[in-house]
Amino acid sequence: MIIAQQKPIKDIAEMIADCKKVLLVGCAGCVTVCLAGGEKETEILAAALRIMRRLQDNPLETVTYVATRQCDPEYIATMDNLVKDVDAIISLACGVGVQYIAERYHDKWVVPALDTKFIGGSKVHGVWEEKCGLCGDCVLHRTGGICPIIRCSKSILNGPCGGSQYGKCEISKDVDCAWQLIYDRMKALGRLDKLMEIQPPKDWSKSRDGGPRKAIREDVMIG
Amino acid sequence: MKTESKLQKLLDSGHFAVTAEIGPPKHASAHGIRHHAHMLKNYVDATNITDCQTAIVRLSSIAAAVHIRDCGLEPIVQMTCRDRNRIAIQSDLLGAYSLGIRNLLCLSGDHQKFGNEPSAKNVYDIDSIQLIYLMRRMRDEKLFFSGEPIKEHEPRFFIGAVANPFADPFEFRVARLEKKVEAGAEFIQTQCIFDMERFERFMEMVRERGIHERVHILAGVTPLKSWRAAKYLQTSVSGMIVPDDIVERLKKAEDPKREGIEICIEQIKHIRNIPGVHGVHIMAIAWEEVVPEIVERSGLYPRPKVE
Amino acid sequence: MQYVPNIRIVEMPCSGTIDHRVLLQAFEDGADGVFVAGCMEGDCHFQKGNYRARKRVNAVKKLLDEIGLGGERLEMYNLSAAMGPRFAEIANEMTERVRRLGPSPLKKQSAGTMEKEGDVA
Ligand code: SF4
Ligand code: SF4
Repeated sequence: MIIAQQKPIKDIAEMIADCKKVLLVGCAGCVTVCLAGGEKETEILAAALRIMRRLQDNPLETVTYVATRQCDPEYIATMDNLVKDVDAIISLACGVGVQYIAERYHDKWVVPALDTKFIGGSKVHGVWEEKCGLCGDCVLHRTGGICPIIRCSKSILNGPCGGSQYGKCEISKDVDCAWQLIYDRMKALGRLDKLMEIQPPKDWSKSRDGGPRKAIREDVMIG
Repeated sequence: MKTESKLQKLLDSGHFAVTAEIGPPKHASAHGIRHHAHMLKNYVDATNITDCQTAIVRLSSIAAAVHIRDCGLEPIVQMTCRDRNRIAIQSDLLGAYSLGIRNLLCLSGDHQKFGNEPSAKNVYDIDSIQLIYLMRRMRDEKLFFSGEPIKEHEPRFFIGAVANPFADPFEFRVARLEKKVEAGAEFIQTQCIFDMERFERFMEMVRERGIHERVHILAGVTPLKSWRAAKYLQTSVSGMIVPDDIVERLKKAEDPKREGIEICIEQIKHIRNIPGVHGVHIMAIAWEEVVPEIVERSGLYPRPKVE
Repeated sequence: MQYVPNIRIVEMPCSGTIDHRVLLQAFEDGADGVFVAGCMEGDCHFQKGNYRARKRVNAVKKLLDEIGLGGERLEMYNLSAAMGPRFAEIANEMTERVRRLGPSPLKKQSAGTMEKEGDVA
């Protein structure tokens, strides 16, 4: 899922400093699961902003709503009537949600409450880790199911580099060296010979470097 | 495949090579590096020019190499994969060759996290092994990285790589070295050696695989100025092993700098007797002036002459 | 059990059910201070309710600091239902603290009230 985290509340308050009434929109998708922008977080943020503004003698009126998914324009349409009389919309979705809202409500000031961080999972409750760099050309079959693109700090395809020591990456003793993990797993699978093959340069045009991407499935398109 | 590299001629003719390292300055004057080049030129066969080592912004490696060549010392340009994509790497290396640079060392480069631009974006378009492979192919098959032919004047570098016997997983270090040789590396410089026993085990594995017959291995050494410097390398640099007895020896020494030089000379004398080692690479970090003495007292002076 | 009369008690089945929202609501409704009384550590009927409550209280304290109300107005205490005198002591302690901090700037009238949430009657 997409992992996001709330921005510092001061920054969010700053974005809506000149507004009297705002709509805070949570999302029931990924950000609910990663506890950044679900119903609860939306209400907490609304209360915190209200308190903050009352302390400044400049009360803020808030309306809250949680969309089923902000990454689907059809779910955004469901909030049309809530939007009318607010000065701004604060989205607690990933960047996709913020953009769809901004697209639909041209004349509204739309701001992000979250920093969209990465694609990952949660190993234990409260800890999320990055697992995929969305490279558009998955190589996990060549690396024992461990992603070298995002879990190696240098995205090395023929690792490990000379900074790998005691299982950790050169950037931090808290970061596992992906290539140590790949080595261990390939060894356990009896496939170390695979690691002797020189992996060719990656085609980054399938990643963000090729410009904005689109995925199309003609067979499921309507009309 | 012959290049115009003097270092290659020396190594291919069986001489025990001596290389050193010059770190370009954090300013725009070549005065200091030219001074170092003059100081070193009769004592070493070639010198590496680091490429923003530890991700600290410094005068460009290629520009520094031109100054050094100007002073009569053969440069080895280091090229990391951290800061340039394949377009910039090719372009810079075509330029470097046109300026008379003949030796190239390919590395991944230290992550920018500990440098002076930690908020920079890193590149890592290709990795060091791919860089070796592509530069070798550029020279031998006259192809750009993309596969497009180079009609004329392809750059003909003597291509080197690094190996770190002190990084993990240890068992894979020799295999990865072999992978670099497969990719096309013709000389190897190792990370600085302090744990001689581990290096010997590494070389044993190298010999078992016959890698020393396919590539020239230059063993890296670093003279230490103080026990604090040793301790720093021991605890704060990932991929280094510094045994406690070296730290202790420097701690007990009356003149630690002297002691650092003595240790380095002992190491070189020892390394010369390890089968399969074809040279020594002296990395006197910000202490270039001690290199002549180390070379001389290690019995490596005068340096052989080649055409 | 003797304690200051300006406290409003909100009972909850377990301090572990405490939610950031309830705490913020108390302040929005005009509380000058809030304290959460949970069971003794290790004594939770639901195993870890009171530990969780403490973590949440700490998170809200931090938030209160960030938004300028001040985390000091919120506190978590652990005590058992049988510790009447201790409850009175805490109530007085908290009242003292809130007096020192002054009335909540969120309400204009100066008479202070304090809310207490938790599982101790
Ligand atoms: S190889 Fe690419 S697609 Fe596969 S996990 Fe890594 S970044 Fe994601
Ligand atoms: S230490 Fe491992 S994870 Fe870190 S950059 Fe090197 S190979 Fe990648």
